[in-house]
Amino acid sequence: MPAGYIRLATGEIFTGEVLGGLQPAAGELVFTTSMTGYQEILTDPSYAGQIVVFCYPLIGNYGIQPDDNESSGPHVAGVVVAELCDTPSHYGAIKGLEAYLKEKGIPILTGVDTRAIVKTIRRYGSVQAVLASGSPEDAHTLDVATPPPFSSAYWVDSVSTKEKVTYPNSGPHIVVVDLGMKKSILAALLAQGCQVTVVPYSTSFEEIKGLRPDGVIYTNGPGDPKALSPWLKEVKQVTQNYPTLGICLGHQVIALAYGAETDKLKFGHRGGNHPVKALSTGKVLITSQSHSYYVVEESIDETQFEVVYRHVNDGTVEGLKHRELPIYTVQFHPEAHPGPSDTTFIFQDYLAQVQKGGPAYALA
Amino acid sequence: MPLRKDIKKVLVIGSGPIVIGQAAEFDYDGTQACLALKEEGIEVVLVNPNPATIMTDQTIADKVYLEPLSVETVETVIQKERPDGIIGTLGGQTGLNLIMALAEKNILEKYNVEVLGTSVEAIKKGEDRELFRQLMLDIGEPVLDSHIVRSVEEGVRFADEIGYPVICRPAYTLGGSGGGVAADQEALERLLKKGLALSPIQQVLVEKSIAGWKEIEYEVMRDANDTCITVCSMENVDPVGVHTGDSIVVAPTQTLTDNQVQRLRSAAVKVIRALGVIGGCNIQFALDPHSDQYYIIEVNPRVSRSSALASKATGYPIARMATKCAIGYHLDEVLNPITGSTYASFEPALDYVVLKIPRFPFDKFSEADRTLGTQMKATGEVMAIDRSFEGALNKAIRSLEMKTAGLRWPAFMEAEDETIKEHLTQATDLRLFAVAEGFRRGWSTEKIHQLTRIDPWFLEKIKGLVELELNLTCYTWGTLPNELLIEAKEKNISDRYLAQLFQVSEQDIRDRRKELQLKPVYKQVDTCAGEFEAITPYYYSTWRGVNEARPSKKKKLLVIGSGPIRIGQGIEFDYCSVQAALAVKKKGYEAIVINNNPETVSTDYALADRLYFEPLTVEDILHVVELEEVDGVFIQFGGQTAINVAEALAEAGVPVLGTTVEMIDKLEDREHFYQLLNELQIPHIKGRMASDREAYFEALDELGFPVLVRPSYVIGGQAMFLFYHREEAEAYLDHLEQVSDERIWPLMVDRYLPGLECELDLVSDGENVVIPGIFEHVERAGVHSGDSLAFFPPVSLSSEVKRILVDYAERIARAASIVGMMNIQFVVDGEKVYVLEVNPRASRTVPVISKVTGVPLVEWATRVQLGERLKDIAPQTGLLPEPSFYTLKAPVFSTAKLKDVDPVLGPEMKSTGEVIGLGLSVAEAVAKALPEEHRILNKRPGLLCAVADRDKEPLLPLLTRLAELGFSLYATRGTAQFLEKHRIPCTVIEHDLKAVEKVMKGGQVGAVLNVARQGRVPGTFGFQLRQLALTHHLPCFTCPDTLKLLLDSLHVQEQDYRSLDEYRHFTSERVFTQ
Repeated sequence: MPAGYIRLATGEIFTGEVLGGLQPAAGELVFTTSMTGYQEILTDPSYAGQIVVFCYPLIGNYGIQPDDNESSGPHVAGVVVAELCDTPSHYGAIKGLEAYLKEKGIPILTGVDTRAIVKTIRRYGSVQAVLASGSPEDAHTLDVATPPPFSSAYWVDSVSTKEKVTYPNSGPHIVVVDLGMKKSILAALLAQGCQVTVVPYSTSFEEIKGLRPDGVIYTNGPGDPKALSPWLKEVKQVTQNYPTLGICLGHQVIALAYGAETDKLKFGHRGGNHPVKALSTGKVLITSQSHSYYVVEESIDETQFEVVYRHVNDGTVEGLKHRELPIYTVQFHPEAHPGPSDTTFIFQDYLAQVQKGGPAYALA
Repeated sequence: MPLRKDIKKVLVIGSGPIVIGQAAEFDYDGTQACLALKEEGIEVVLVNPNPATIMTDQTIADKVYLEPLSVETVETVIQKERPDGIIGTLGGQTGLNLIMALAEKNILEKYNVEVLGTSVEAIKKGEDRELFRQLMLDIGEPVLDSHIVRSVEEGVRFADEIGYPVICRPAYTLGGSGGGVAADQEALERLLKKGLALSPIQQVLVEKSIAGWKEIEYEVMRDANDTCITVCSMENVDPVGVHTGDSIVVAPTQTLTDNQVQRLRSAAVKVIRALGVIGGCNIQFALDPHSDQYYIIEVNPRVSRSSALASKATGYPIARMATKCAIGYHLDEVLNPITGSTYASFEPALDYVVLKIPRFPFDKFSEADRTLGTQMKATGEVMAIDRSFEGALNKAIRSLEMKTAGLRWPAFMEAEDETIKEHLTQATDLRLFAVAEGFRRGWSTEKIHQLTRIDPWFLEKIKGLVELELNLTCYTWGTLPNELLIEAKEKNISDRYLAQLFQVSEQDIRDRRKELQLKPVYKQVDTCAGEFEAITPYYYSTWRGVNEARPSKKKKLLVIGSGPIRIGQGIEFDYCSVQAALAVKKKGYEAIVINNNPETVSTDYALADRLYFEPLTVEDILHVVELEEVDGVFIQFGGQTAINVAEALAEAGVPVLGTTVEMIDKLEDREHFYQLLNELQIPHIKGRMASDREAYFEALDELGFPVLVRPSYVIGGQAMFLFYHREEAEAYLDHLEQVSDERIWPLMVDRYLPGLECELDLVSDGENVVIPGIFEHVERAGVHSGDSLAFFPPVSLSSEVKRILVDYAERIARAASIVGMMNIQFVVDGEKVYVLEVNPRASRTVPVISKVTGVPLVEWATRVQLGERLKDIAPQTGLLPEPSFYTLKAPVFSTAKLKDVDPVLGPEMKSTGEVIGLGLSVAEAVAKALPEEHRILNKRPGLLCAVADRDKEPLLPLLTRLAELGFSLYATRGTAQFLEKHRIPCTVIEHDLKAVEKVMKGGQVGAVLNVARQGRVPGTFGFQLRQLALTHHLPCFTCPDTLKLLLDSLHVQEQDYRSLDEYRHFTSERVFTQ
């Protein structure tokens, strides 16, 4: 196995072996605590531009499954694991993880102390890093392009659908604004009988109106929500006219559209074990999360929005509800995959609202 | 909702004695529960007659009732104590059943006692097969079709309904024997015929067979606000078919996709909500390896063995949190004690692999049926943590203390392919080693998967280890490349195993590692995979990466734990380890604990200052010692496990505290020990050490019969036999030479003296001793001390004999410069006292004597080892005054769970646990200590007698007394003739098992008196007679002394139940009036 390493912008170097794609990769180094669901994570567009470290040491155990991709393919820049399984075992496995990543040209560093890397990230916050084969001493000759910053719309642009896609069905018509949509959001809507039209992130209010939706969903996606500032006006207009659900990046974008601020967490929330309290009942739900940015609570206009979900550990805002309009946003992933499906009711609640219809006055 | 202020006093129900299936985990759970209550200012009242537990210590509960776990006891306690609430979901099945019985009899209602946590209705829904089944159907969760059948036809009809294959489980057979899987009608008919015949109630459970499916467990928590979390998912390496307690288990699940994990998690959460559990719940699933189909196979609406394992595996203290939920808290109101900054309402994330391997008693019972099935047979378990599966596996294997240092069972090396295949097809405790052996023979993963149904993922890991081993053995120690050595250590292959592979010494391996600076690092168990800072120093070792364990500058002392619970080394040593750690802390030093048993209190990370969850081999201990630079190591509290490493630790320059290692060695070596006794002019039993056949026969000639024989390397009576005849002693030698895969020489041959046995524990500082008391055994010498009933204070010893015992003890302690603890066993023949053996360490009786006298024996032993003098610690030295109440320690057996294990009492220990009975009279103590089942004699005054010839005469008085008391005697031919000769009326039973069974089934007899000629010889009439008695749940007295004692207490009707304080009060009053 070729030797390889990961070098953090803060100077730390961790050496191991490189598998998969052998060309070097640069990206923001983040970690996830999910013990299963590597396939979903690697193919989740939210991870575009990031090198993902898996806290759980054994990755690849059940290979690649035919139906578990969250998008057309992997979006991560690179992968870091302690041990990559070369003898996967599962009735559904169609290939091994290594073969898959090799095919997709994504490098994977193995044989490293991932816990030490995680603790380094915890110390500095998410840092830029380069993952490459060879020896760190040769690093100065390394030719790896610096990825665009997350403040650029490049990231959403690179993962959003290029054109409108329609999924006919008998139920309400939901337009999904694709900021980097996970397939499971679509699947959750289709499972509820919705007719779904997935549109590019840049779709205007007028265009959406032309589709005559019963409701609109802003999805998850990569990068800094402020990168989507040019479209906030459209977002606001949409939410004023249709029952809207914002998920993850979608939640942040809607908050921004109403004048709230977003900021970056030190090292994000990534995993399937994040406790979120429903403030109306006090009940705690275990959620799936993968985000770096969050909505700053103090910046929220309380006359318009109510905080309805809050993270139990760090108290950050996990969900908002508009006081008059049917606007719901969640920072976590009710569509799960990976992670628990404690919060799938979010879709059902939202669709119940869709059935009631949007704010009539706004359509007038 | 925060803490309920209306709850001021809570009654906690313990789980009673350790039996197979209900062991030390409930001490851990119960202790956590008591502490979780106490820290809220709630007064805790505890009922548990198991003296070996930590929970029954008075520092844990406010009031301790070491009284029988019966409805009667609990009602009395409720009457006296008037608790506001009761918790029964922490005391295993015993606690659960007791709560149900109390509720049914309206006792809780009567005294207005609230069941805290999971309600009685919820427990019922989880426990009642039909209610549970209906609930699952209602919520749309799949359960297996099953039916109890009473005839072959009924079974066949049901199987036709649900389709083949089906599994049959006969009710109440020994060790679940007679069950099996039927693929078609013919096979089913055969199984049912056999099963119905074997079942004492003629019932067989027929169920759709899912043998070979994956077995997955979840530990779930729920609070009163309906917040529900799963603490841990676990996957059994052994697929469905082997009891989860007997399965190798890994956490988290390894072979499930996220989809599958979440699907089962959602089902688990749905079930716990439907049941309405408040607290912890365990749920087991079977998952089809070829699809996503699953069934719910079991739910336990309480904390369990698995929850203890999950707590240690994740760092999430389930019992503690369940208790907090029971007194009103919501999970998001309780801090996660590991991080101190996050809350209990989250799901732990692991960044390591945890492996549990059960510990079986088959090393003691070579004749037992070692196949595994639905009846649990393991007595304990070990857990290991590493960052790889292979690493955890290797660590767990060496934690078992099974005489193998790695993934190899020596006896398999020469075994036929067929033998290996048998172990693979029908799971046994050795299957793991058979898998490795199969790979060594070049068998494919596919082939082994076909035979075992173990998921190929696990098999590939084992195969990888075998391949690495083959790779290693391509080299000699001299030519072995460093990279390969590093790879071996990264897979956590032990130095000892490497030494065996390369035929070098462990020291050679260690030296080369030192040169390469190759040593393990330690990582923290933090519940969150590194996401948050953790404050709890709970560590495991791994061979790659950055070390996280930062030793402090304080003075540090290491307590070596006792490893897995085995017969002969049980929870009592955990009690001692825990007390030692607490004593160290109390003295202001840093207490470090190393142990590998997930069930115990000693591995609660909240106990010591630092916990290392590691195997207890010299290598693993040395690594911790070197990292921490400890100032001393305690070896007297961890049973024989800790004693076994003492010498090697001392050799490596480790400061071993207490009695010197040289002296320990001397005391453990029979010849040196006898020499010492001779010098001190203390009589001992005549004995010889035989180093070969010839010497063995010479010894037999010289000593005469009866003799006790055992191989010298064993401890605790393992493989020890008592012989009355030369031919038996010869046959034993032939047998040993045939079956033993270990060296058998030298053999120890001792003259057997059937006198009165007694023992004592003492603390010595080398000069003075404190002897808190003397135990007098009920059964004569020859019955293992662990299996004997024992009185404290003695009931028949004269004061002169007591004086001699104390004198001998003092002389030995002084001569051997004992610093710390020692246990001495004596035989008393008239007024003559012989020393049988000494154990230079804490013993089984230490927790008992500590509790009933209130003398903190372990604390004192710890302090003298740290240099204090007894006269500065203890109010008085020598033998302490006797209390004015009686304690009877009684062994508890699990033999009904182990097929082919002979319940006959002998020099080999067989009991798994113990209880004590306390009373103001001997009879009261006896009535409480002996199992309730023995009272059946009151209702069924019939006794089946079969007595070996040599014991007939000596038994005449007892038999006469039985007849006089009005017992109807049934006797086998020889015994009947003897009775008739002495004009004792009896009914003759043919020397035929069918006839015996008929009498047992007929309900005329309430017990069996069977004094065996030899015992433990399968196939003999006596052996099968005893197996029948077990099957029919009849007490079987194999030593007449036990029965004699029982007769003395059968008439006791009135019993009173008192807290330990009350008993002690009697003593202090008496002392005061004196």
